Order: sequence, then C-alpha cells, then structure tokens
Amino acid sequence: MAAKLEVQALGKSFGDDVTALRGVDLVVGDGEIVSIVGPSGCGKSTLLNILAGLQRPSAGSVLFDGVRPDTLLGVTGYMPQRDCLMPWRTVLDNCTLGLELAGVPRRAARDRARAELDRFGLLGFEDHWPASLSGGMRQRAALLRTFLAGRDVLLLDEPFASLDALTRWQMRAWLLDVWDAARTTIVFVTHDVEEAVYLSDRVYVMSGRPGTVILEVTIDLLRPRTPAAVVTPAFAALQERLLAPLMSAATSQPEAGA
Amino acid sequence: MTGARARALVVNIGAPVGFAVLVVAGWALVKAVTDIPDTSLPAPGQVADALWEQRDLLWDNAWVTIVEILVGFAAAIVLGIGLAMVIHANRAVERAVYPWLVVSQMVPVVAVAPIFVIWTGFDLRPKVMVIALVSFFPVAVNTIDGLKAADPELLNLLRTLGATRRQRVRIAQLPAALPSVFSGVKIAAALSVIGAVFAEWVGASEGLGHLILVLNNQVATAEMFATIVVLAGIGIALYGAVLLLERLLLPWYHGGRQGLRD
Repeated sequence: MAAKLEVQALGKSFGDDVTALRGVDLVVGDGEIVSIVGPSGCGKSTLLNILAGLQRPSAGSVLFDGVRPDTLLGVTGYMPQRDCLMPWRTVLDNCTLGLELAGVPRRAARDRARAELDRFGLLGFEDHWPASLSGGMRQRAALLRTFLAGRDVLLLDEPFASLDALTRWQMRAWLLDVWDAARTTIVFVTHDVEEAVYLSDRVYVMSGRPGTVILEVTIDLLRPRTPAAVVTPAFAALQERLLAPLMSAATSQPEAGA
Repeated sequence: MTGARARALVVNIGAPVGFAVLVVAGWALVKAVTDIPDTSLPAPGQVADALWEQRDLLWDNAWVTIVEILVGFAAAIVLGIGLAMVIHANRAVERAVYPWLVVSQMVPVVAVAPIFVIWTGFDLRPKVMVIALVSFFPVAVNTIDGLKAADPELLNLLRTLGATRRQRVRIAQLPAALPSVFSGVKIAAALSVIGAVFAEWVGASEGLGHLILVLNNQVATAEMFATIVVLAGIGIALYGAVLLLERLLLPWYHGGRQGLRD
C-alpha cells in the first residue's frame, strides 16, 4: 500500500523547556484508518496541528504523497475536537464551508451537501440552527463539513469524546460505513483503546511528554466490523497489547496536562 | 408552539404594562390624599391633558429632536463600529488609541458641548456631535469585545480550509461579533436621547430639550411632564426598533436556543 502520509523524525519544542514531540515516525497508507493513542499531554493534538499545517515542526518532516509540501494548510482535512459549527449558519451552510472556500458556487455547494444529508443522518435538519441539534448530529454535521472539503486525508481529533456511550458506539459504526464507501485516509486521535482497535487498521501508541511513538500495532480484525467484535478474544488481546504500554506511559507522566 | 408564544407575548408585555398602571395609580392616589401643589407634582390626568392640549407644540419640537437623535445615533454607530474594526485590525493602533477611547468617556460632555457650539453654531451639527460623543463608546467597546469573541478553533479550522484573513473576518469574526454589537447599539439608543436633551440645553432654539427649559421658566410642570413622556416615548421606540432589527438579523441568536433535540 502506498504511503499517503509519512512523518519522519518529527520534533516540536515550545521555548527552551517544553519538548512536546521528539523523534516521531509514522506512516499512514492510502485508504487506511490509523489511530494515535496516548495519555493526556503526550502531544497528540500538537502532532495533529502540525499535520493540519497549523503549527510548524521544530525538527523532522512530513511527506504527503512522497513530497514535502511548502505548507500543510489546505492539504489535509482537519476536524477539531469541538465541532466548531457556526451558530449563525444553518446546518447545510455549515457543511458547505469547505466548498465555499474552494470557490464552488453556492448553489452547487448546497446541492452537493444535500446529496449527502441522508448518509450523514441529517436529512430534514439541513435548515436547522446547530443549537437545535443533538451532540451526535452536531458531530455528524462537522464530519460532513470535513468530508465535503474533499481532502485525501482526514485528521479527526477525538471526534466522539464528548458523546454519551451509546451515541459513541452508533457514531463509530456509522463512521466505518461512511469510510467503507469512500475509503478516505483517516488519522484518528483518541485516548480510547477500545475505539482505536474497533476502527483502525493500525494503531500507534505514544508515550507521555516528550511524546514519541513507543508501539505500533496492526489490527488484523476482519472488516466489516460490528460492535459485537468487541467481545471476541482477538479484540480483547489487541486491547491488552495497547493498554499495558499506555498505562505505564500515563503513570510515568509527572503531570497529566493537556 | 404558537399558543405558548402568544402566552409568552402576553406575559412579556402584560407584566411591564401592569406595573406601569400600578405606578400611575399610586401616583394618582398620592395626589388625591396629599396637598402637594400641582407645580411640584401634577396629577396623571393633568399630564394627559397637557399631552393632548399641547400636541402641536410637542409634535413640532419632537420632530426636531427625533432628527437630531437619528443622525447622531447613526453617526455613533458608524464611528463606534469603524473605530472598533480599525483597533481590532491593528495591535499598534489598539495600544495607541484604546486608552484614549476610555479617556474620552472621562471628559464631561456638558463641558465640551459649548465648545461644539462655538465651532459649529446653533444648527444640527453640535447636537449630532454631542449625541455621537456620548453614545459611540458602548458601540465601540462591545464591537471590539465581539470581534475578539470568535472561537480560535473555528479560526484555525478556516485556516486549514485555506481561508484568507479577510475571509476569516467575514465568515467568522463579524458574525460572531454581531450580538455584542447589538448590545452596544441598544445602550447607545438610550444614551442618544440623553445626548439630544443635553445638546439642546447648551444651545438650541427648538426641540424637546429646549422646550423643557422654556416650560421650566414658566413653571408649567404638567407640560414638562408631558414633554418627558414624549422623550421617553422616542427612546422606547428607538430601542424597540433596534430590538426588532436584532431579531430580524440574528434569528439564530434568539430562536435557535430552544428547539427540538433528539
């Protein structure tokens, strides 16, 4: 499988004292779902910000389709942890944001968004204000906004962290459905090992600060996966392999900050 | 939905109107049981009579004051929002200008108003300047706060989508600022009426503020009360117009809060 995204010896320091990331190496193949798990403060968000082009690395490089772009801004599709829906725009006009900035005419952009409403469980809600939506629907609207921006790689920062357990499971299953149809490359940041195993082709475990990759695990569970897969011994074994180094990384962390 | 809204409307309007009726009734009662002279406190009925009998005089002067208020209020909004956008766009300008913006509010307008009259004479201009000076400040400060209120994560998201600075301002910062802008404009609406009366006291030959001075000299207390009622009516109408505009322009801010959840 061709590497879509390649992170080489990436480092990020803030000032002289704080080293957020050190020597991070990871590869994301085309069409893969790759999760990054780590304790709080391990630099997951910093890594994602660098991949999104919002911050510049202090060391190392990021290759996209084998080349190093001048800026990663506008290259990857970034979905921040909070949904960031604009309360003054209807659901539909929030979802077309990426198309609007790409210069797609308003009518065409809205038509394209409308065509996806059903698949994203938003049919009938396109003219609502975001404030009248449930948490799960808001996240689906944010995901539709991210998908419609049309990037090859999606960076999802704990998109389901704020949802209740049942909604979270629905959203995971639904995300796999959407991904299965589009086969978009997804980098998924989470601190939930179960979620990482359920969704991913591969999982990277990061240590506490300074964040670096301490383990890579290939998730060889068959697809399509259903939530029932969670109770299988294979699933439990994978979870355990990830959990042990994660726990020691978390405890060796002097202070668990953001 | 409509039933609940109608009920809310009745409560929202009925409660303050009911309270006003109580106050007027208390006022009438005080007049009935005490012997306060009419020149100190006229009865509500006398004020109503004055309103009717002096309607031509009141209307002619009200028109003058309304024009002053509308022009001054508009100038305050343009000045306030314009200053806020300049200050927001440039940190150096913010450092240099913002403190003086605050200082401008320490200057007693009563003291400055005669200077405006010396500069420009007795026409509309000094009134507009006084009104703008007393009411631009809340617009400017609230707009600056509003422009800062845009979600930084949203601004980052826009950057990743390739938005330019100008696009970020238009798509995220201005809409996010609008509720604050309206808060400032509402305060400015109330202040602009005060400003107009002020300006007319300093130098005017017509207008409701001027009329109050004339009536004061004549000890025509009931007519003064009537003038105050008209001034208050102008203020309420202006405030109501701003409120209506806010509802029309920011439906998401008022309507979206309630609504269905699944």
